[in-house]
Amino acid sequence: MSEVAKTKEPKEPLFSKKNKQLVTDPLTDNNPITIQVLGICSALAITVQVKQAVVMSISVMFVLILGNMIISMLRNLIPSRIRIIVQLVVVASLVIIVDQLLAAFMPDVSEQLSVFVGLIITNCIIMGRFEAFAMANKPWPSIMDGFGNALGYAWILVLVAVVRELLGSGSLYGYKIFGSAIPGEEWGLYTMGYANNNMMILPPMALIVVGIIIWVQRSRNKALIEEH
Amino acid sequence: MKKFLEKIVHKQEPKFAKGGKLEKWNPVFESFMTLAFTPNITTKKGSHIRDAADLKRTMMTVIIALIPCLLFGIYNSGHWQMVAETGNRDLVFWADQGTKIVNGLWIVLPLIVVSYGVGLTIEFIFGILKGHSLHEGFLVSGMLIPLIMPADVPLWMVGVATAFAVIIGKEIFGGTGMNIVNVALTARAFLFFAYPTSMSGDKVWMNGLSDRLAGGADNLDGFSGATALGDAASFMSYKPVFDSAEALINNYSMSDSFFGMIPGSVGETSVIACLIGAAILLITGIGSLRIMASFALGGLATGFLLNAVGGNDYFDLPAYYHLLIGGFAFGAVFMATDPVTAAQTSAGKLYYGFFGGMIAILIRVLNPAYPEGVMLAILFMNVMAPIIDHYVVQANIKRRLKRLKTA
Repeated sequence: MSEVAKTKEPKEPLFSKKNKQLVTDPLTDNNPITIQVLGICSALAITVQVKQAVVMSISVMFVLILGNMIISMLRNLIPSRIRIIVQLVVVASLVIIVDQLLAAFMPDVSEQLSVFVGLIITNCIIMGRFEAFAMANKPWPSIMDGFGNALGYAWILVLVAVVRELLGSGSLYGYKIFGSAIPGEEWGLYTMGYANNNMMILPPMALIVVGIIIWVQRSRNKALIEEH
Repeated sequence: MKKFLEKIVHKQEPKFAKGGKLEKWNPVFESFMTLAFTPNITTKKGSHIRDAADLKRTMMTVIIALIPCLLFGIYNSGHWQMVAETGNRDLVFWADQGTKIVNGLWIVLPLIVVSYGVGLTIEFIFGILKGHSLHEGFLVSGMLIPLIMPADVPLWMVGVATAFAVIIGKEIFGGTGMNIVNVALTARAFLFFAYPTSMSGDKVWMNGLSDRLAGGADNLDGFSGATALGDAASFMSYKPVFDSAEALINNYSMSDSFFGMIPGSVGETSVIACLIGAAILLITGIGSLRIMASFALGGLATGFLLNAVGGNDYFDLPAYYHLLIGGFAFGAVFMATDPVTAAQTSAGKLYYGFFGGMIAILIRVLNPAYPEGVMLAILFMNVMAPIIDHYVVQANIKRRLKRLKTA
């Protein structure tokens, strides 16, 4: 993933090495889900199907980039004692825009995601980035940081959703990969006795899949392993 | 003969030693060698507990204790396969022994081969990757897994569940001795939630029954492949199979349930085989009497409590009958006593067993979605065991501090 992000960016001072790192770091060694373990609730709730995960990722990306930008622009005006409220107002407004857009243009997905779009407000990644980055940095780096973190969140989410939908429902993005299990008109793998793994649809399996990703990541990069 | 074999094997040793050609395979070599022969390495310094029984011998003892259950399970699954073929549930149990044994072997042996094959392969891979010698823990888990499977379960599911249990249930915690929950039960729980139609219901307990039903076999009209537990759970639904608790006991008689001549998971049905296993475990000092006894006691007490509450056929089922059906005896003897996942303190073992038995019966009776509560109860108590131990130790410290102050 990190290579893809790098090649997309043209060589401009705007994309200095430092700015680039703002995007690439959250993808791997500072990933919001697998390293900071933030935003886990949504990773559990909406990774049953890839489509939901993709829509969720895009929504979070929209909120996080714009929110980071707005907070960063306002950062010198926000009194620090009420900064959480201001941040909440910003993120809530953005989430309502996303919610309305989804309801208007993708009613079916909006229905499936139900409260989880509204719950983006409580996504720890967003408030975390506002607090940790946007409050102390200029708008452009904040946008890059928002983009990077949202992308780091997105690829884990989509990866978990791919595993869960493929093994749990035998499809990807709604397309039946392993065939159909409808009794009487089975085809594909199901005629050979294959069965969908119902546990993949249950929330605990999302935790286990995320855990396996964390395991792989830490065994590849020993520096990430904490001292006990 | 033994000397001769040993000589050949020891000759190979330098190849696997550090710097040797096959250094990477040392864990594999060492595991097989110590399994076959007495290890030639002994503890050289420090004060260790010296005992003739190392971990491998302990594991082998448990496997020996499992043999009665295994043998009976083979015959029993053969019997119920024949029942499913003839569609006659009242088939004489001790007739056609030859066919039943052969059929039973065809059911159980593949389960054992798959369970050991998958489990040991994964253990070897982890052993080689991490450079430690093979952990012996899977010897028992690999035998337990086939014994707690329904006879009709597809083999690939057993393989997937074993892989899941060994990797997620054990290896990521650090291997044998570090796991939090019982490995064999993890495999069963995984299957139970992942493939419920192949693990529960009334079609999976007799080999070939689901296929024959799907194929529309004509001698199976009105035939039920349900277990005693399945029928008992139907008391909680709108359409119970039996009118009263007595009718259920008349159908699955007390002695049938005790000897195990009822359908169920491969090795769990026979209480008497479990008791023989328990005796072996207790005489050799490997199993904990505290856990077994308190587990049974917890189940009995809960059964009596439900009897006293009454008001429903399942509540009225005699308390001791609960101990005879399903996997209660098997769970109490072989699962709850797993030394790694059970409570370690003496008092803790009593609490652990008692609550385990209690929760098992409560899940059985109060939640008809899970006809068998023993698996879930033991897994739950596995998770709780460290907390129990913690409070037992704390209470002990407190008591002794008080004594110190008064003196």
